[in-house]
Amino acid sequence: MQRLPDLAVGASARCPRCDRELWRRRDRSLERTLALSLAAAILYVVANSVPMLSLDAVGHRASTTVIGGAQQLWHDGREAVAALVLFTAVVAPGLQIVLMLVIGLGARRARPRRWVAMLLRHHPTTTLWSMIEVMIIGVLVALIKIADYATVVPGTALFALGALVFLLAGLQASFDRREVWQRVEWVAGAAPPDELHAAVEVAP
Amino acid sequence: MSDASAAALGLQGCEACGLLSRPPAAADEGRCPRCDEELTFRKPASVERAWAFVIAAAICYVPANLLPVMTTTTATGSDSDTILQGVVLLWSPTGWPLSIIVLVASIMIPSAKILALVYLLISVQRGSAHNHHERMRLYRIVAIIGRWSMIDVFVDTFTVSLVQLQPLMSVSPAPGLFFFAAVVVLTMLAVESFDPRLIWDCPAFGEVRHA
Repeated sequence: MQRLPDLAVGASARCPRCDRELWRRRDRSLERTLALSLAAAILYVVANSVPMLSLDAVGHRASTTVIGGAQQLWHDGREAVAALVLFTAVVAPGLQIVLMLVIGLGARRARPRRWVAMLLRHHPTTTLWSMIEVMIIGVLVALIKIADYATVVPGTALFALGALVFLLAGLQASFDRREVWQRVEWVAGAAPPDELHAAVEVAP
Repeated sequence: MSDASAAALGLQGCEACGLLSRPPAAADEGRCPRCDEELTFRKPASVERAWAFVIAAAICYVPANLLPVMTTTTATGSDSDTILQGVVLLWSPTGWPLSIIVLVASIMIPSAKILALVYLLISVQRGSAHNHHERMRLYRIVAIIGRWSMIDVFVDTFTVSLVQLQPLMSVSPAPGLFFFAAVVVLTMLAVESFDPRLIWDCPAFGEVRHA
């Protein structure tokens, strides 16, 4: 257990026992978080509405989207795997972006409401299961495999997803959850002991 | 600053928001007064739950590697490939870097993950007082790289959805894919149920265990 010192912007505090970063003060965290999550939301819509890969072979032309990939697995009787692909590549990233956007808006108040705390509590789970960066590598491997016997053309969605990977990494780096936690409204009846609660915190 | 852990001082750290609080006198463990998360000194039944997920993953690991994950049907017949056969097929003078990526992500990471978790669980159960820093680093590496095993699931998904050129050639998923995906999910759940603070709860630090 340790007391966190007050940090300058850009500085970080680490656990003396296991060396994990406990807190890093970020510059203009909230504005950056809002800007990045808005951009991510737009790219997410593009990435899921246009084709990701097309294939040309012997007069056939076929194209697929991320959701189309999960659909084909479902049709072939692999419902569980289809659901996992849909969850990790579409649902979890979508929730991750929307929650971040809503948390960013809610945290603009001096004392954010209870629902901000509720969303903030569940946000790490969506990040854990959001696997767009893994999917991109998977798509590239598939693309090169198929390229041996057909012409594969990367679609707009693939580029949108590539950019989304960087935006999501930027979001992770810019959002200061500890700063929002320190201002958020507590559970009804439990008043924040102002000078005390900053002193007694551990890293989640 | 104190060398003692919060649990040894009777304080609970919230896993969601980080607030440290003293549980109400009546109850052993309560809810976080700031974010309403359930509070525990250590994750409940952490070792037992992690063991259950690891054993389930180890069982699924066998069919995941022995059964084919994809079936390719052409005018002349059909052909099924396991994960290892997929790696071999990718191996070519130009394609070998990809082959290595798939080999590492699909074969080495899942097996290393299962072995690492077994080692962490046994060392915690035996109250090991050695290699705390190394074990902590191992836990973090396992937590970070685990998701990359999903690469093969995505490769197969998009190969299947794109190569539908009936009657010339089509690819369909085979039973191994389900077991492979199960290994990835089960090992991720095992990592989530394991409480890394248990690594530091050992007699050498003079601490009480709250299992």
